[in-house]
Amino acid sequence: MAVPVAFFALFFAYPVAAIVGRGLKDAGRWQFGRIGEVLGRPEILDVLWFTTWQALASTGLTLVLALPGAYVFARFDFPGKQLLRAVVTVPFVLPTVVVGTAFLALLGRGGFLDELWGVRLDTTVWAILLAHVFFNYAVVVRTVGGLWSQLDPRQEEAARVLGAGRFAAWRRVTLPALAPAVAAAALMVFLFTFTSFGVVQILGGPAYSTLEVEIYRQTAQLLDLPTAAVLTLVQFAAVGAILAVHAWTVRRRETALKLVDPEQTARRPRGAGQWALLGGVLLTVLLLILLPLGVLVERSFDGSGGYGFEFYRALQSADASGSTFLVPPLEAVWNSLRYALVATLIALFVGGLAAAALTRRAGRLVRGFDALLMLPLGVSAVTVGFGFLITLDEPPLDLRTSWILVPLAQALVGVPFVVRTMLPVLRAVDGRLREAAAALGASPLRAWREVDLPLVRRALLVAAGFAFAVSLGEFGATVFIARPDNPTLPVAVARLLGRSGELNYGQAMALSTILMLVCAVSLLLLERIRTDRSGEF
Amino acid sequence: MSTTRKITVTAVAAALGVTALAGCGSSDDKASEGTKGSGSKTVTLVSHDSFNASKDVLKAFTKETGYTVKVLKSGDAGAALNQEILTKGSPRGDVFFGVDNTLLSRALDNGLFTPYEAKGLGRVADDVQLDADEHRVTPVDTGDICVNYDKKYFADKKLAPPKSFDDLLKPAYKNLLVTENAATSSPGLGFLLGTVAAKGEDGYEDYWKKLKDNGVKVVDGWEQAYNDEFSGSAGGRKANADRPLVVSYASSPPVEVLYAEPQPAEAPTGVATGTCFRQIEFAGLLDGAKNEAGGKALLDFLIGQKFQEDMPLNMFVNPVVSDAKLPELFTEFGARIDEPATVAPEKIAENREQWVRSWSAIVVK
Repeated sequence: MAVPVAFFALFFAYPVAAIVGRGLKDAGRWQFGRIGEVLGRPEILDVLWFTTWQALASTGLTLVLALPGAYVFARFDFPGKQLLRAVVTVPFVLPTVVVGTAFLALLGRGGFLDELWGVRLDTTVWAILLAHVFFNYAVVVRTVGGLWSQLDPRQEEAARVLGAGRFAAWRRVTLPALAPAVAAAALMVFLFTFTSFGVVQILGGPAYSTLEVEIYRQTAQLLDLPTAAVLTLVQFAAVGAILAVHAWTVRRRETALKLVDPEQTARRPRGAGQWALLGGVLLTVLLLILLPLGVLVERSFDGSGGYGFEFYRALQSADASGSTFLVPPLEAVWNSLRYALVATLIALFVGGLAAAALTRRAGRLVRGFDALLMLPLGVSAVTVGFGFLITLDEPPLDLRTSWILVPLAQALVGVPFVVRTMLPVLRAVDGRLREAAAALGASPLRAWREVDLPLVRRALLVAAGFAFAVSLGEFGATVFIARPDNPTLPVAVARLLGRSGELNYGQAMALSTILMLVCAVSLLLLERIRTDRSGEF
Repeated sequence: MSTTRKITVTAVAAALGVTALAGCGSSDDKASEGTKGSGSKTVTLVSHDSFNASKDVLKAFTKETGYTVKVLKSGDAGAALNQEILTKGSPRGDVFFGVDNTLLSRALDNGLFTPYEAKGLGRVADDVQLDADEHRVTPVDTGDICVNYDKKYFADKKLAPPKSFDDLLKPAYKNLLVTENAATSSPGLGFLLGTVAAKGEDGYEDYWKKLKDNGVKVVDGWEQAYNDEFSGSAGGRKANADRPLVVSYASSPPVEVLYAEPQPAEAPTGVATGTCFRQIEFAGLLDGAKNEAGGKALLDFLIGQKFQEDMPLNMFVNPVVSDAKLPELFTEFGARIDEPATVAPEKIAENREQWVRSWSAIVVK
């Protein structure tokens, strides 16, 4: 418990408090009057309003499109299922820079939709909503689908035998069991879209701004710290509220459901209706997820002399990109992997300890700590990044120019995922199993090795994979602290996109494709590892 | 107990792993150890993402002075400057490069720099020395923010490309121009200041209302405007972009040539020479720098011949010293802007925020 608390105090609470304090203090006195003053401005109210309604709309749209997907992934068996499940998760860890570019290509002028029906959605709210669905589809599929696949279908069948209609049986048996998972997924999607940054910035244009984007503008561009501080507090309050409700649904979900091995519940679809459902879901995935990713891949091969590996070759030399990086862009791949590995270890260390502490103890304080661990997901990267700058500047902690700062910042985002994955598994380990082992004469160590370890090991691996993928794609905080001589993949992509010329653009696309592949491969490896309990978001 | 213990074991193992890994990731850590004390052999340059210099030139600096340059980049020009202001007094480096004339007052008002008169300042033109009395900043390069046009589009349409601010209001160019947000992007702000210079403080608002009526599109940053919206750039051609006019730099056409394979005989884009605003970039010795001597040597070097001649092809900007030779690519494909619009620095300092606010109210909302 002490380690995670110290970690969060030092690398999260202290920097964020410092930057907020800088904005709200004047000559050492707190100026809380500024809060009312800022919130009274019409343009700020506009931002608040837009943030809320687009998050609601995005969440609704995501649920509508992804719940059928969750069902299909849970109940049907079809070739390529594992691959597809990994693919739908890729967007979740892609840097927004890349996604924004892909969506512009898809929805902008001359994009795919434009050529088909003359529809152009760039700089409209629709583009933002669709991109949000693209990002969060996996959250619903994995959270709801994970549980759904483990619900025993025989319970519903029993209800049918007792005379309930098909719908009634579903409503009385399956729905109550699923409801908390759906609520939790919806809240997570709401949280991610409420604090959306890159998508809104790239696709929304200057006219649309969420709280997160506005905090970035006020801090990084306008240096209006008071306004930024007030907005940070508002976002904090909102995120805190969302997380509180989320924590409640999570506890609801930990009621003992009779879970079975997902292997037993999935089967081949039967009948025209089920095939149609499967087809519909596959089509959705194709249009919504594969198409944007495909656009990136296509452009990465589309060299001046027709299709080929021209841009990929250019990535290996430092000359083509000149001194943009001082290193060949391809080295960014190794940097990213190295950072992500260290970040994963830190996240596992901190998150593992936190999860263990949370399993051991109950009570209000611990539950509060559980929610606190989730806060980094909802606090703007720019706030954390700037907070680092003004707080970690004294020896022995002058980390501002140290490489360790990057994995530390990435680990902040990784820890919540580790905790969420580990917690249900740790809580589900039945103490009686251990007692039974002890009764049969096993030493405590042996009981632990035979009972706990097999269960926990898989969860650890899954948690590691998530932390790793999230670290790979983390862009917001990294961009402030990454060093030019060792950029990460997303930072390198952003820098390449920041320069004109065909070769730079093509290399950015090629790097994005590589990033996508790395994410997909690590997720695919995860798919091989099954946990007994679905990870919860 | 067992679960906790087991996690602890894992955690300790992980911690050991981190320390072991720290060994392989820290090849670049040596520099930070060296920045303590004044006798340091490392000088740290803090800059924005666009900073670039050839390795050979940086090596030459080390050979001449014994100092190794470490570069820290932190976001776009505005964000990089603001980070320095936030960390004023305990800076991350010794020299900051990349504050331009549009934001200069913000840096000076915040007391970011220690005055230093760089050696060789006599070779630098007087009109770019905006702090000639105190030398808190040293001019390093200039660039012109201008409307670029897509040659192919105008040739196909048999339409003459626009030349001036007034041309942009003509119905023939309706819905063709894309620009950047003046509140968040330096070319966007430069272009706004250009219109202020051309139309006066009383006339610029009216000009923008008309430009808005003529369908100007505003996006947040240069990357998006240029690579996604502008039909003349490589990225834009792929994206089937449909805006043949973009606010960019006078040096953008040479870049299009340099990064195309095979290199075309003629740049695909041109510059509307009557729409330019002159941007001047400065460097300065940071207040509280750990290595003042090294920082001063670096400032001397930035306006030295070697660096000035290396700059154009790395950052696509113009040198400030009169005797620096421009590369062929620039003389052949670039546009020379003889009379760019300028606004007096004190005027910018006084009104910048106000201009941006009223611009936002007219154009963005």
